[in-house]
Amino acid sequence: MDHLDQLEAQSIYIFREAFARLKKIALLWSLGKDSNVMIWLARKAFFGRLPFPALHVDTGKKFPEMYRFRDHYGKEWDLDLRVEPCPPIDAVDPTLPPAARSAARKTEGLKMALAKFGFDGLIAGIRRDEEATRAKERVFSPRGLEGNWDVRDQPPEFWDHFNASPPQGAHLRIHPILHWTEADIWAYTKRENIPIIPLYLSQNGKRYRSLGDQDITNPVNSTASTIDEILIELEQTKVPERAGRALDHETEDAFERLRVAGYL
Amino acid sequence: MNMIVTPASPATPNGTTRPQVRIVIVGHVDHGKSTLVGRLLHETGSLPDGKLEMLKAVSARRGMPFEWSFLLDALQTERDQGITIDTTQIRFRTNSRDIVLIDAPGHAEFLRNMITGASQADGAVLIIDALEGVRDQTRRHGYLLHLLGVKQVAIVVNKMDRVDFAAERFKAISDEISAHLQSLGVTPTAVIPISARDGDGVAERTDRIGWYRGPTVVEALDRLEPARPLEALALRLPVQAIYKFDDRRIVAGRIESGSLVAGDEIVIMPAGKIARIKSVESWPVTPVAGRQGAGRSVGITLDRELFVERGDIIAHANAAPRETRRLRARIFWLHDKPLAKGDQLLVRCGPKESRATVVAIEKAVDPGELSSVENKAIGRNHVGEIDISLSNPIAVDPYTENPRTGRLVIEVSGRIAGGGLVLSVDAGQRAEPVDIVPVESALRLDERSARYRHNGAVVWLTGLPASGKSTLAKALERRLFTNGGSPILLDGDTVRAGLNSDLGFSATDRSENIRRLAEVATHLARNGHIAIVAAVSPAREDRAAARRIADTAFREIHVATSAEVCEERDPKGHYKKARAGALASFTGIGNDYEKPEAAELVIDTATRSVADATDAIEQMLKTTGVLFDEVVDLAANI
Repeated sequence: MDHLDQLEAQSIYIFREAFARLKKIALLWSLGKDSNVMIWLARKAFFGRLPFPALHVDTGKKFPEMYRFRDHYGKEWDLDLRVEPCPPIDAVDPTLPPAARSAARKTEGLKMALAKFGFDGLIAGIRRDEEATRAKERVFSPRGLEGNWDVRDQPPEFWDHFNASPPQGAHLRIHPILHWTEADIWAYTKRENIPIIPLYLSQNGKRYRSLGDQDITNPVNSTASTIDEILIELEQTKVPERAGRALDHETEDAFERLRVAGYL
Repeated sequence: MNMIVTPASPATPNGTTRPQVRIVIVGHVDHGKSTLVGRLLHETGSLPDGKLEMLKAVSARRGMPFEWSFLLDALQTERDQGITIDTTQIRFRTNSRDIVLIDAPGHAEFLRNMITGASQADGAVLIIDALEGVRDQTRRHGYLLHLLGVKQVAIVVNKMDRVDFAAERFKAISDEISAHLQSLGVTPTAVIPISARDGDGVAERTDRIGWYRGPTVVEALDRLEPARPLEALALRLPVQAIYKFDDRRIVAGRIESGSLVAGDEIVIMPAGKIARIKSVESWPVTPVAGRQGAGRSVGITLDRELFVERGDIIAHANAAPRETRRLRARIFWLHDKPLAKGDQLLVRCGPKESRATVVAIEKAVDPGELSSVENKAIGRNHVGEIDISLSNPIAVDPYTENPRTGRLVIEVSGRIAGGGLVLSVDAGQRAEPVDIVPVESALRLDERSARYRHNGAVVWLTGLPASGKSTLAKALERRLFTNGGSPILLDGDTVRAGLNSDLGFSATDRSENIRRLAEVATHLARNGHIAIVAAVSPAREDRAAARRIADTAFREIHVATSAEVCEERDPKGHYKKARAGALASFTGIGNDYEKPEAAELVIDTATRSVADATDAIEQMLKTTGVLFDEVVDLAANI
């Protein structure tokens, strides 16, 4: 077993635990490279199908390429796709800085979708290496009744034993690729030939390393126009993955405040 | 950094040539974990460009001395001053290893976080302040590393600058911690004197520690080995789920140890049923050929339809795990309320869960203390050895034989409250399989069924006391006998008077009562008889166990007469006694009867005559292949 085999086996184990132990789960499909890998892993876990809905909480501000990707692969992969809208910006905490406030719409949209469908588990494609607060996450991460995350009171995870009993009315976040890195994602995408949105590849000296809303995501300087070239670039770069995500850099604690409130 | 990247063979950071090793850095609060991490990132060239200069500038601007630990102060809640960094890429490289630092320590020290991180680690660095020496949290973390199975532990004695780099001080601490860890069965891979703040011993053996001959921290990390999958051990495939998405019935799980291949004969524990692996299923390509080893998440199909459920363990028949209802474990306890004798718990061994009772507690101590005072209960952050009795049998190994299937966690109110190692398994209820040589019957099954005109079966009547189980059982017995069959009545109360006279009415004893009934009934069924069991059998789990034992021969009939009617009947006067408080553990007036969810037949004796109900049972036995159709004709000839 090589490194990618090990990562894959662990993720499949997590998917099967989530499906066995929770009653009603959904996979959050953000259309990005990470959540596409997640869908692929879930199909491996369940022998070709996704036995629960794929939920796209849509800000309405994604790139056109992303919507095309969603509509095409939603059909091709035979997903039970649920597209849920986000509330307007006015409905969001006005004390947050602009980009974080914009991103917080997604938190609100997520809460509305949770209330609408009554999911007790949401599968999310976050990774420990992406961002400091995510490094503190559990694989099965309990959320409060308001969807909030209490980083100080997280139950322990002994080996691969996860806490899978959310309190009545609350939900769990399940993170099957928490232990993957950005380079793992690309190496696996290449090995398994998983489709990607072309925005990740360099055009005119720029590419996106991370895809969010159009107005708060910027491309990075890059000449990497194939996955192999991306992997080489990642070997050498010291620029963080989310450097192009405005909301991470507005104030010292904006991202953490978002996450405590239930952001991904 | 030694990585050479050539366009011809794009290297992935975790490619085949560079092993990835996951580590945790643990130790007492303020002994310098964060400082060491900051220093390691710097020494291995892992910091983003300009980061160090920026942090130093920010520190200077705020009029405070620069601290390496600032690098890790990413969460505002763990931060003394407002300094943030873009990211916490806690990954770095040594000469030949990619090191992943799991859950980088923050200022707030939580054992919960330490456990979560160390559970996934291949190795650990235990840090000790040279001035303060070994402290309670040092010992506690050392204990947890042992308990969690982390074998590669490097000790660093930090802040050597504060003891003038004195070799004697280093040796005293080194001796103390080495002795402590060795008493737990952990041998340190290195003990290293360092000053994380100044850099001595981290990547370089400086003059100040010129007397030290061992490896630096970076060198010690470079020698760590990634944990290897346990392919050499016996096969253990704990079942996570059974999927029937299409016409395949796929048993899914992760191989914890050993390996398997299509065609292998396997045994499903704890039921002990034998089958053969028909195929190993996968996606997008299926089936997959070749041997599948430990660490793989797989799906297999079997050559016969057996009752398999989540939590069963698939093994090779000659090397199966032990089946038990009683075991001894060494556990670490995290719950506020101490664990005491008699406590009811939920125990998880892999995907298997079972209710359990603490039968005895021994060696309950605080692993942080030197001279341990033994307690009766296991307090928060303490350890102890417990004997637990399980409400249903599980398949398990002692951790010395299999570290993966020899561990368990304990849940309280749906939250993990402790975990530990299986020390020993009390297999007293089942002799070692090698000692048993079952004697086959002289008669073939088809000889019996030709005579009786039926196949063997276990007809299980469950329902409240006085619901009419025994009446129906007797009527059915008479009917089958009249038709030339071979029915045998196993009445719960009757069997309790003899075979089960040693059992009371606790949950554990009730389970055992049902298990024995099911075993006897199954033996009869395998010999072609129809065993009719009439037993209240209130626990769904116990009946599921009975179904597991009898397997395809099992036919469950819920005698669903209402509680009001039963209490009105009360032929044995039990309801009256129970109402008067004179009959403890009586099923009927409480809510402790768990109705079957998928019985083969449901009968309410308040609305049906005995003959009518017996007809219905007979019909059910026909449609489910127990009774042969000609039986009616045969009866007409008698």
